[in-house]
Amino acid sequence: MKHKTFFWFVLPSSLAMLLFIFFPIVSVLIQSVHVDTEQVIKEVTNCGPFGCETITAVDQEATQALKRENPIGRFAGFTTYLDRRHLAIDEVRAAWSTSNGIGSFIKQLVNLPFYKAMSFTLAFTFIVTPLVIIFGFIIAVAVNSAAKWMRGPLIFFSLLPMLVTPLIGALILFWMVDARGIVGNALQYLAGDPTLSVKASTPLTWIMLMVYGVWHSAPFAFIVYYAGLQSVNQDTLESAMIDGASRWEQIRYVIIPHLLPLTTFIALMQLMDNFRVFEPIVSFSAEAHATSLSWAIYNDLGGETRQLSSAAATSVLTILGICILLLPVLVRTWRDFTRK
Amino acid sequence: MLLRKLTLAVSLALSANVAFANCGDISGTVSIVGNEFPAIQTVAKGAAACASDAVEVISNLTADHQKINLAGMQGDPAEYTTAIIANSSIIALMNDDVIRPLDDLIAEHGADIPKSNLITIDGKVMAVAFMANSQHLAYRKDVLAEIGVEPPTTYEELLAAAKMIREKGIMENPVGGAYKSGWNLAQEFVNMYIGHGGEFYNAGTAEVAINNPQGVATLEMMKALTEYMNPDFLTHDSNATNAEFEAGNTALMNMWGSRIGVLMDDEGAEEVVYSNVAVGGPMTVGGGTTPATTLWWDGWTVAKNTSDENAKATFMAMKNGTSPGILNDDTMGEAVWMIEGYSPAPVNAGVFASIKAGAKPYPMLPYHGLLHTALGDNLSDYLQGKESAEQALADTEAAYTTAAKEKGFLN
Repeated sequence: MKHKTFFWFVLPSSLAMLLFIFFPIVSVLIQSVHVDTEQVIKEVTNCGPFGCETITAVDQEATQALKRENPIGRFAGFTTYLDRRHLAIDEVRAAWSTSNGIGSFIKQLVNLPFYKAMSFTLAFTFIVTPLVIIFGFIIAVAVNSAAKWMRGPLIFFSLLPMLVTPLIGALILFWMVDARGIVGNALQYLAGDPTLSVKASTPLTWIMLMVYGVWHSAPFAFIVYYAGLQSVNQDTLESAMIDGASRWEQIRYVIIPHLLPLTTFIALMQLMDNFRVFEPIVSFSAEAHATSLSWAIYNDLGGETRQLSSAAATSVLTILGICILLLPVLVRTWRDFTRK
Repeated sequence: MLLRKLTLAVSLALSANVAFANCGDISGTVSIVGNEFPAIQTVAKGAAACASDAVEVISNLTADHQKINLAGMQGDPAEYTTAIIANSSIIALMNDDVIRPLDDLIAEHGADIPKSNLITIDGKVMAVAFMANSQHLAYRKDVLAEIGVEPPTTYEELLAAAKMIREKGIMENPVGGAYKSGWNLAQEFVNMYIGHGGEFYNAGTAEVAINNPQGVATLEMMKALTEYMNPDFLTHDSNATNAEFEAGNTALMNMWGSRIGVLMDDEGAEEVVYSNVAVGGPMTVGGGTTPATTLWWDGWTVAKNTSDENAKATFMAMKNGTSPGILNDDTMGEAVWMIEGYSPAPVNAGVFASIKAGAKPYPMLPYHGLLHTALGDNLSDYLQGKESAEQALADTEAAYTTAAKEKGFLN
């Protein structure tokens, strides 16, 4: 393709990316290195239906004057990134010097909001992603070997979890694992413990969120693998059969190598998606047991006083986190690309 | 649920017909943003009665109103000409200077608004209140009669009653509470801390000071209560707490006055539950005299970034929406209306008791929203037994201080 043709070909999408991806990220970056201007506080008398009282309030005139001088706030450099709600450098250092062992250090570390969110986010990402790939693969192979007339309905049912809106799907599961719900009750019966409550226990809540994550995402891996299975070279498969390869050996030496590039694609998508885990935490009301970076952003913006700089800093850290996670996969793809 | 919505729609339509429109000579656009519950819907209907060829009245009532009202009023002209808010949420609008003083409009057109409904901040009227709300005791008459105990007036008595109910085998977890991690949990701390006579800040500053004996006593009382709650209490908001009560699983709880009506109607519960619901006043704690609850008002504001024409139309429409004309048999029980002609129903006795008992209003401080968020994020570790009360309070203080620095309240 000529350079000129190529240029005109990619111009619309480059412009869209510039406008809708690049500029917003730049604005978030700028927001994250600024904090609000100083709020001038004064004492005022407030009156209402329940009487009068003297309290503090923001001196609007003085504060607005300061805001006009610095419309985007005070430049703060990386202080927001380093403060207690994000990387918490000072607190981590203090925890390191006061703790008398790695156990107590970790305990102090996960007491800090960012590391608490990271511990769950990373656990979720690294447990759910491989399970999604494994389950997706098993379902795809199973559906593919079913009788032709059954495949349509089977595919439909296998895709259902992905079709359900995440919030709704999570809410349904949330009520099922309630101590009086069908799953919760069954668990109590199986464990022989009538007071067992999934929602009240941190480890069980984590497991529940991860089960939900696998349930919701496995259909995605399934449909990608199923599409890949349709293009498996039948000649190779037949010759393997003639050579006396068992069913397992056919999968291991013919099908899995064929589907490997798809696995890279699924892993890439799932790593990104799972690192941004959010909906199940809200639907399961699991804030007390598990938080994630996305949830922290939501929490900063959802309070009565919005904390934009803090949310912006968490957003930038999320982007960095995804870049680091994807690095090995991207490097691999690049190597494969240059080898050819 | 659908049936309830239908009846609601019908009753609202009926009430809109009888609403008496006295809107004066106005023109322009009235755009309302507010929370969604029956009382607010009634007000919006009352305001909509002012619609005419010259006046357009639109309303956006949603539970997520706090997430959109500020952004919708920051533009010039503002998307919303009025926001219906409460004493905590007016602060966010004040902090960003998006609502206008109403003194001139009141002088010209609002002489008939009761003085006590005017929310005056630093000498300027910034909002007009129309209803009051508060949390107070709700209990099951039949259960308390069975154990032979009077309705508790202190949290210590409530604990004793809960113990008896459990020991008699009537209910396993007799206490209900909206202890969901986040806003609800923080609200319960604020209630209990005020009941213990605690002060949130060093006087006249934005420096937080809750890591003290009152703070520890507050958390210990909350933990003692959770021993008698459903183990899932950290996932229960007000709706779920009400549902537990309606299911007959709890007998004692601290509940919002505006949500008692749902308990007393014959929907969603068996007869033995809804016919035995009774309300008491707010409870005190630790031998204190200040009730462990907060008083709330709901009121309306007028946007700053809107034309004088729209501001006047908004003022008149909202005045009409909160005038005695909106009160009828259907709307009377929806709230504790601060409107002339209102006669309290039994469901509202608790809010009246709160006002009479000298309960304090929820703190209207510019930085209190940040502390509320910090409390909601940091107290659940203690209630789960993962850390000490002192540690939870220290975490809260540190989280608040970080946020207050970012917002420019502390240096």
